[in-house]
Amino acid sequence: MSGIPLPPSRVLGWAALIVVALMLLPWVVEPYQTTLFSYGLVMAIAALGFNLLLGYTGLLSFGHSAYFGVGAYAVAMAVKYFKVTSFELYVVVGILASAAISALFGFVCVRYTRIFFGILTMALSQVLWSLAFKFYHVTGGSDGLRVPTPSLLGTHIAAGEDKMTYLAHRYYYYVLAIFVVCTALMWVIVHSPFGKALQAIRDNETRAEFVGVQVRHYRWVAFVVSGTYTGLAGALWVPLNGLTTPDILHWTFSGEIVFFTVLGGFGTFTGPIVGAIVFNYLKTFAVGYTVYWQGFLGIVLVTLVLALPTGIMGMVGRLLQKRQKAPAA
Amino acid sequence: MDTLIVHVLTSLLYASVLFLIAGGLSLIYGVMRIVNLAHGNLYAFGAYVSAWAVGVMATRWPTGALYALLPLGAVAAAGLGAILEPTLLRPFYRRAEEYQLLVTFGLLLILDDLMRFLWGPYPLSASQLYETFGSLSIGETIYPNYNLVVIAIGALSALGIWAFVYKTQFGVILRATSQNMRMASALGINVNRVYVQAFTLGCFMAGLGGAIIVPSQGAVLGMGVDALIMAFVVVVIGGLGSLEGALVGALLVGVVREIGITLFPEVELAVLYLMAAVVLLIRPAGLFGRP
Repeated sequence: MSGIPLPPSRVLGWAALIVVALMLLPWVVEPYQTTLFSYGLVMAIAALGFNLLLGYTGLLSFGHSAYFGVGAYAVAMAVKYFKVTSFELYVVVGILASAAISALFGFVCVRYTRIFFGILTMALSQVLWSLAFKFYHVTGGSDGLRVPTPSLLGTHIAAGEDKMTYLAHRYYYYVLAIFVVCTALMWVIVHSPFGKALQAIRDNETRAEFVGVQVRHYRWVAFVVSGTYTGLAGALWVPLNGLTTPDILHWTFSGEIVFFTVLGGFGTFTGPIVGAIVFNYLKTFAVGYTVYWQGFLGIVLVTLVLALPTGIMGMVGRLLQKRQKAPAA
Repeated sequence: MDTLIVHVLTSLLYASVLFLIAGGLSLIYGVMRIVNLAHGNLYAFGAYVSAWAVGVMATRWPTGALYALLPLGAVAAAGLGAILEPTLLRPFYRRAEEYQLLVTFGLLLILDDLMRFLWGPYPLSASQLYETFGSLSIGETIYPNYNLVVIAIGALSALGIWAFVYKTQFGVILRATSQNMRMASALGINVNRVYVQAFTLGCFMAGLGGAIIVPSQGAVLGMGVDALIMAFVVVVIGGLGSLEGALVGALLVGVVREIGITLFPEVELAVLYLMAAVVLLIRPAGLFGRP
């Protein structure tokens, strides 16, 4: 092992610059905008995890709502039954619960690829959805479960402090920190030998097997990492939203995760992050603008796959390549 | 005994509608190898068109004549399918499955809102058709006659589609294309035309399912998404692409659902999804699918 593969210093410089800019955000824009952006960051974590399967392992899951929902519901139940108030515990609970469920579901699902993988992940996520929906006395049914604003690093929200500013400042920095850690970790994962093996599986399963990659085992590990990322996103999402309902377990939410990953471009590392943030704005805009926001998003999606299948970052990458080539020609 | 009959009838009722939806989905997959996530919306579209037509003519025509309007939903869904396949889906056959799923998911979102736009957010009903058919009493239970009609239509459609696929020349062409598209094309079959026809037929079945359910349940937003998932359960159990599988799957799901609702209502849906997952695990190609 030659140590952690570091990105080129130019990339690191840009990343540092972006992080600094994001740290300044709450001081520049209104609390509402910061909170909105936090939603985007949370979804970006989910998309990063999702893309480990779609972009790097070549498996399209239509059931990632399950892990997001498990993360969120695990937190909500820890609050309801164990009176947990510390956010650090939320994160731990969310990670453990979603890791356990994705380990179980993943064990079943990775036996298949292509369309069967998609349908199986979808069917399993629907099991959880129907349980959350029907077990009213445990999960609150369609009313869902309320989750109060947690304490961060042992400090509670001060009496009289506005919840909005609390979320827009302290909570935002917390989410940002976790997002940065997750992104860095994912970078390491996809550039490690393990990540390379996943890409080998994606490109040619048979050859990967011949080279000695334990295809099913690697897929399973990727599945667990992917599900856990998404579950962590669910745990971070729930205090922002203040409520968790079965909607986030329904397969249409899985469709949304697929949507924003493809919007950003699943062939690139940064694509899912950009896609999640852009989608978050797009959806907020559409919901505020028209009751037909769903149809609007549908038209965007269809246009996207028809005209821009590599997503936003795929297109940006092509444009940059062209510009670099142009002076030489 | 009487309650048993009612339970059996209710299972058959659900299975009939489910067969129409899932059969269409399976037929489309069998021929074109595409999983249409918007298939449930075509079922909902059929329901809406029928309910709307009945609603418009309700004051002008005698109730008996209104039944003639129900098939309109099936025809409309077929028409919509005939437009969608060549325009939206055809560019995607050569591309990866991910894109096919995504484009049909986009279509699902669009069609859902199109129906909201055309018919508003409130349910449409055609319950006068349900009531005028009267009811019969089985023991102490009163059973609506219309449900028997639905069961009969389901059974007739199953028979019809079987005859169509196995006893006509078009059926031969359809099966040939399904088994080997390139070979069929080389033998002079116009594959594009077969695709449109198969897709239209699949949509017709879904629309018919919606049309016959309208008198008893009305047309509501979101019915498409729910129906799609149940249809998935059916085709996964029966085998994607197999019509026999869709029939057996629909009957199984109908019976299990009825047992579930009666005995353990809380986990009824979970059991159905788990059933699909278990079948996928034991026989990935489904009970009747080709591996």
